[in-house]
Order: sequence, then C-alpha cells, then structure tokens
Amino acid sequence: MTFTLENFQALLPLLITCATTIFVMLAIAIKRNHWWNATVTVIGLNIALLSSYYALKVIPQTITPLFVVDGFSLFFSGLIIIAALGTATLTNAYIESFKRNREEMYLLITIATSGGIVLSFSHHMASLFIGLEMMSIALYGMVAYTYDRARSLEAAIKYLVLSATASAIMLFGIALIYAQIGSLSFSEIGAGITQEPSLLIVVGGMMLVIGLFFKLSLAPFHLWTPDVYEGAPAPVGAFLATAAKVAVFAVLVRFAILESKNVLASTPFVITLIVVACISMMVGNLLALKQNNIKRMLGYSSIAHFGYLLLLVLVGGQKFGIEGFAVYLAIYVMTSLAAFGVVTLMSHADGKRDADMLNDYRGLFWRRPYLASIFTLALFSLAGIPLTAGFIGKFYVITAAVGAGFWGWIGLIFVVLGSSIGIYFYLRTIISLFLAKKHMHRFDAEINWGQRTGGIMVLGAAAFILVIGIIPNPLMFIAQLTQLVWVAQ
Amino acid sequence: MLTWLILIPFIGGLLSWQAERFGNKAPRWIALFSMILLFACTLNLWLKYDYSLANLSAGQSVWAEEFRVNWIPRFGISFHLALDGLSILMLLLTAFLGVLAVVCSWSEVQRKVGFFHLNLLWILGAVAGVFLAMDMFLFFFFWEMMLIPMYFLISLWGHKSVEGKGRVEAATKFFIYTQSSGLLLLLAIIGLVFVHYMQTDVLTFNYTDLRNTHMSASLEMILMLGFFIAFAVKFPVVPFHSWLPDAHSQAPTAGSVDLAGILLKTAAYGMLRFAIPFFPNASQEIAPLAMWLGVAGIIYGAFVAYSQDDIKRMIAYTSISHMGFVLIGIYSFNQIAMQGVVVQMLAHGISAAGLFIISGQLYERLKTRDLNKMGGLSSRLSGIPPIAMFFAAASLGLPGLGNFVGEFLILVGVFKVDMVVALFATSGLVLGAVYSLILVQRSLHGAAQSNEPLAGINARELTMMLSLIFILVWLGLYPQPVLDTSAAVMESIGQLITSSQSIPAAQ
Repeated sequence: MTFTLENFQALLPLLITCATTIFVMLAIAIKRNHWWNATVTVIGLNIALLSSYYALKVIPQTITPLFVVDGFSLFFSGLIIIAALGTATLTNAYIESFKRNREEMYLLITIATSGGIVLSFSHHMASLFIGLEMMSIALYGMVAYTYDRARSLEAAIKYLVLSATASAIMLFGIALIYAQIGSLSFSEIGAGITQEPSLLIVVGGMMLVIGLFFKLSLAPFHLWTPDVYEGAPAPVGAFLATAAKVAVFAVLVRFAILESKNVLASTPFVITLIVVACISMMVGNLLALKQNNIKRMLGYSSIAHFGYLLLLVLVGGQKFGIEGFAVYLAIYVMTSLAAFGVVTLMSHADGKRDADMLNDYRGLFWRRPYLASIFTLALFSLAGIPLTAGFIGKFYVITAAVGAGFWGWIGLIFVVLGSSIGIYFYLRTIISLFLAKKHMHRFDAEINWGQRTGGIMVLGAAAFILVIGIIPNPLMFIAQLTQLVWVAQ
Repeated sequence: MLTWLILIPFIGGLLSWQAERFGNKAPRWIALFSMILLFACTLNLWLKYDYSLANLSAGQSVWAEEFRVNWIPRFGISFHLALDGLSILMLLLTAFLGVLAVVCSWSEVQRKVGFFHLNLLWILGAVAGVFLAMDMFLFFFFWEMMLIPMYFLISLWGHKSVEGKGRVEAATKFFIYTQSSGLLLLLAIIGLVFVHYMQTDVLTFNYTDLRNTHMSASLEMILMLGFFIAFAVKFPVVPFHSWLPDAHSQAPTAGSVDLAGILLKTAAYGMLRFAIPFFPNASQEIAPLAMWLGVAGIIYGAFVAYSQDDIKRMIAYTSISHMGFVLIGIYSFNQIAMQGVVVQMLAHGISAAGLFIISGQLYERLKTRDLNKMGGLSSRLSGIPPIAMFFAAASLGLPGLGNFVGEFLILVGVFKVDMVVALFATSGLVLGAVYSLILVQRSLHGAAQSNEPLAGINARELTMMLSLIFILVWLGLYPQPVLDTSAAVMESIGQLITSSQSIPAAQ
C-alpha cells in the first residue's frame, strides 16, 4: 500500500518519538553533556505530545494492517508520552550525581516510549509483539542502569528472565490462535471467538492473556513486581509503574473490548478476568500491609490498582466503561509520578540505595513540608480519598460496576474489602511523614528541590491530583476522546 | 452566604497554618476569629428566617436558603447547598463547639500549633458541608473529608491511653472503621442513583429528585442497609462502636469535643435527612430492630462506662449510652420523640463537650486521666469541682437541664409507640445516675492522694464553662425556640412515614 500524507500525519507522535531517539543518539555522539542531552529528549517528547493535536484531525484511520490511529490510541499514546516526560525530568535530577555515563538513560527512555506508542496504536498481533519487546528490552537496560548496586542488577536479571518467559508463552499463544483462525488481526480473531470457543482458542487465548497479565503484574503473575520495583532506580520505577503498564493495558482493552466484542461474552475469559481481578485486589492490598519499603509498597499498590482496572474491563463497554479506563489511568499515572517523584527527589543515583525505607521519611513534614504534603496527597489519591483525583477514579469503577449486574457486584465486594485493607498501609506511610524523627536522617531532598525540573514536574502532578479531585470536568472531557474508535467494517 | 459557612473554616485553617511563622499566638487568634465569625454568621441565619414554615409541600422541599451550581454535569452532580430548620441547629452547635475547641486547646497544644488549627478548622468546615449538602455526591465528599483532619488530630496530638495503646493505632482504627463504612454508603448512593436513572433516564445526585425514586421492597431494604450501617458506625450503634472509646481516649481535648459534640451528630443527621426520607418503607421495617439496638446501646454503654478507669473512656461510653436515646427517638417516628431527638443531640453535644473539656483541664493539672489516681480533688483545686458536678448532673438527666428535656421528650414519644422499649430505655436514666455519681465520687470526693494544692480555674476556662452552663440551662428551661425551629422538618419526616403507612392500606 502507498502511504498518504494523512497517514504520516496520524503517525506523527510515533514518528517524532522515534526521531527523538535518533537525535538523542546523535546529540550524545556530538557532545556528551548531561544537560544538553536531557534537553533534546524533553523537547522531542514535548513535540511528540503536541503533534497528537494534529493527528487528531485525521482520525480514525488504519495504517497498514498493523496500526490504527483513533481517539483511543491517541489518548493513551499521549498519556505514555506524559509519563515518559515525567520519568525524563525525574531522571535529570536523580542521575546528576551518577559517576558513569548518564546520557544513555534518555536513549532507553525514548526507545521504551516508542515501544509503548506502538502498543497503543496496534491492532494486530505482530505489532503487539514488536511494541511489547521494544519496550521490555529497553526496560531491562533501564532497570540495570545503576548496576553498581547489586539489587539493581538482580532486579534486571529477574525481570529479563521472567519477562522473556512470559513473552515466549504469549508468542506460543498467538501461534495457537493463528493455527485456528488463520489471521493475526484483532478484529478477525475477535470475530472467530464465539460464546463457547474451541479448545485451541481457549488455550491460546489464555497464554496470550497470561503474557499481558504478567506485564501488568496482575496476581498471580505478580511475583517479579516488588523485587524489580525495589531494585530499579526510582525514576525507572516510575516508568515501570506508569508508561509500561498503560501501554499494555491499552492494547488489552483494544483487543478485549473494542475490536472483539465476543471476548467478554465467552465464559472462560470472563471467569479468568474476574478471578484475576479479585485475586489482584486482595493480594496487592494484603501483601502491602507489613511492607516497610516504600518502593515495594508502591509495587503492591499498583497490583491492586490494576485489579480495579481489570474489573472495569469486565464491566466495561457500559455507559462509562471506556471513558472510565481513560480517567482512571490518567489519574493513576499522575499519582504514581508524584509518589515516585518524591522518592526520586529524596534519592541520588550514587547512593548505596534509594531513600525507600519507611524510616527515611519519618518527620519529613517538619523538614520539607511541601514535599511531604505532595507525598501525602499522592498516597491519599492512591487510597481513593475524596478531594484527591484518586477518588474520581474509584468513583468511575464503582459506578460502572454497580450498573453491571452479578459480576459487577462480586467485584464490588472485593473492591470494598481491598480498599479497606489498603487504607491501613497508606495511612501507615502517611503518618510516618508527620511523626517526630528519632535519629539522624540519611536522606533529604535538596533545599531548592522545587526549582529543579524534577521538582516542578512533581508539583505539577500534585496540582493535577488536587484540581482533578475537585473539578474533574476537564479530564472527563478529554477522556471522551477515547470514544472516537475505529470500528472494523 | 451558605458557601461562606464552609469557606470560612477552610480559609481560616490555611491562614492559621501559615501564620505559625509569626509565633504560636497568631494561629490561635486567627482560628478563634474565624470560628467566632462562623458562629456569628450562623446565628444571623437563625434569626433571619422563620423556620416554622412547612418543609414539604407536594413532595418538594422548601429551603430557607439555597445555593446551586453545576459541578460535574457528566454525572448530574451539582454543588447544591440548602438550609432548613434541622441544618441550622446543627450548624449552630458546630460553630459554637468550634469556638470552644479552639479556646480549650489554648494551653493544651503547644507543638505544631499552626498545623493543629489547620486540621481543627478543616474538620469544622467539612462538618458544616455535611450539614448543608443536598447533593449526594457532595454530601459523601464532605462526609469523607472530615475524617482526614480528624485522623491527624488524634494521631499527632493525641495522648497515650491509660492502658498504653498507641494513639496512631486508635486513629487508624477510627479511620478504617469510618472509611470502610463510608464505602458502603458510596455503594448505596450510587445504587440509588442508578435505580433512579433506570426509571427516569435522568442521571442525578440531587437530594430532592432522588427522594421520588420508587423501588421494590427488597432493593429498598438493601440500599437502606447501606445507609444505615454507614451511619450506625459513626453513630455509634452498639455492635459497631469499638472505635469510639479508643479514639476518644487518645484524642486531644479539642478532638474529643469535636468527635462527641459534632461528628456523632452527623450520623444522626444523616439518618434523619437521608436514610429515612429515601427509604421510608424499609426504615419502618427496620425500626423495631433499630430501637432495640438503641436500648442495647443505652444499657451497654452505661454498664461499661461504670467500670472504666480512664475518665475519657468513661465519658466516651456515656456518649454511646446517650446516643442510644437518639437512635430510639429517630426510629420511633413519633413527632414528640423526634423533637426530643433534636434537643438531646444539642444537649448531649454541649454536656459531653463540657465533660471532655473538664477532663482535659484535669489532665493539664494532674498529667493523668486515670480515675484511680484522682480522688479528693475538691479539696485540692478550686472552681473545677462544682462545674464538674454540674456537667455530671446534666449527664444523668437532672430536670431543668437540656438533657432532661431531650430524654423526657424521647421517652414520652416512644412510650406511645412501643411501651416495652420505653420501659427498658428508662433504665438508662437510673444507670446514668449511677455512672455520673461514681464519676463524681471517684474523682472529686474521697481521700486526697496528696495535699499539694493545684492551680485553680482561670478566666479563660471559666468563660468557656459558663457559656456551656448557660446554654444547657437555657435548653432545660426554655427549649421552645429550638423546638420551633426543627418542628417543620420533623413534621415532614413524620408525614413521610405515615403516608407510606397509608399506601399499603389503600391497596
């Protein structure tokens, strides 16, 4: 097929992100300067984000059988780019004191971001796999970036081995599905899944879904999450929790809801989804209870959050379903960026470890009141307390589930149980920020953290949490973009 | 105007937080000033309108004052505040106890004064929001919002209890109890909204619209239970009460005053305003159970109060006992009893606040709240013992004071509805006398533990106490203005129940 100008216009966010990778590589080759290389990255990503606006004018369209550009994919690619921008700015402050080469981190961030955008554009198993691997392989490098720390290296190897296994299982699943249906495009596979699918499709579909669940760290495929979150440098943790998961979730939603309406009518898949969602809510919240490590706690918390989101998949397609994902994920991304942002601002890449123990934060409020307030806000938002954006997300989940009959109510029981348990560990973390400290603190943010790029990003995320928590209308308006969906004829 | 009632505490709180950099005095004065301003505003609103007008005319509510703007149109949510006889009385109580809470922590709180007043004022702002909100989403928003500053108040400025349990644990327990019951409330609210949506195709969280929702009996029961349990936890009704003694005994004085005086009343208000009008039939079905739970609360609270050593835990259990009367009164649906409920809520708010402030003052002087270490205090300090006697007498329901009027009206009303319940509830008065007198006996009389005299009452404390005493006496001798204010609202709730009774009869 021939490419038209409109095709290029629609693909602009992806093309510009890829171009940014090349520019950063050239920039590093020309002059190895941290500030200058980071600036090139941030400018490139910003242009990619702005170009979404031009891409919006020519949607919806499909470009080759691999890609589809519509409101849904542009919303999620925008979200991924924002998460990448957040990671890049946080990295800037964090890695300043790193003794080895600092600049390649930005290269890895842009590669992983391109992978994420490919995922959010894909409606074909081939592009799904390409995007997933492009993102994952860059992530291995990012997790291991501070390889002087044993934990960082350990986390990367663990992630590499497990993730590769998951990818292999997924690939096998795709092959089985192809053997039965003879096509790799989502819509044709979707048309082939009937109410009671053949064994080959069930097995293949399950293997595919397991691969996706692994990347989303849903229980019982979550075992890598706490270790990798703990070992990865804090800004990379932010990327893992946000961009990496948003991209995979976008592709899951496109496959399960947008292009194959039968998946949610097929009993084996529905049961898998509800079981995994409920287990994730419980496991995520229960395992976080006694956690003294903030990064691990955030890891478990993300397991629970994706449990809520999976429930939304199950009851989605209702009136607020698709919009619900968009709102929930946008809020989750900003909240996680704020939470990991605080951890990042407290830590430095040349330390023996990051400031990730609960003890490191004791009495932070009396030393850095605004930073601690932001952390409090982020944790309340994760717990879904009103006045923060997290409550709006939870409100969407509950509203969608209440109107969804039996499965919705089963899920709701777990939502109530899970969030009641969850409050305990969020409160535990919050209150330690306010308690008087007992010993000298080893970690502290710089006194002028608010004026540095990472600090400004964290302040922005906090403002988002507060403003959207009170006036959610703008976010809801943008989220309705996701209803502009390309439909297979 | 109504918006300002909510904004004054919020802005005042932020200002006093920032004012800490000008020393410890500045936050206190700013907080005091904003509370007095709030009180003046509510007083003005009370005198300005005639609340005896009928609240319900043809199914539509009539408000003294109303304010409404769209908030989240996507879900039919609006920022809707409204004022009627019930809310203005609760607001008066809130603002008055708000002033007292600031004054009573004047010397008690010395650490992090600015942040303390931020939390204190935000609780009051959120409570004012609860009493004004007429949109279910907005109501829930404020309902949850008041927990966060309360949590900080208990966990950061609290005391260790006599048994040595930590204040953070108590605060966490309080938060988890109320938060998870709040989730049930949210589920029930959204369920109600969806039922309404399916019938009318209008998605709205507006109070007056939702009141006209029709639903099947079993659905009504399920949704009603969601509301009822959420309010019962906050109330607290006996099986859900265990957070209250812990929270009270660990909270600072101002926290206890807010908790007993205002926060518990939000639950009673929620039942009167939402649970009964939304679900009149199901409420009637559950009424006998609710009344017996009230009786259980009265007797259980009284007995457990008797055996406490920690003076604040003791007062907390008496609160459970007194709130039992309120629960019985609400679910008797009798006009007289419901009027009694209003008086009882105000009187209990004032008398419990008085007792908590006294125990705070004793704690400042003795550094203990253990009754075993008190005794013979009337010989050691001047001023406080007679006032303590007064509030203990109020708590046992001495005629001539507000509590007596409330309990008497409730019992008279309940007697007409269910004689057995009234009979058992009356035992609360006897038991009330027992625990009040034992409180006086153990703290004030008997042999003194030492002869060293303690600091007497000072002018600030005396003014506080005299104002509380004045109101209690006024409520006891001339409760008519209060009764007039709430009569119309209570009548409309009563009508709702009688009209729902007549529907099955007509069929």
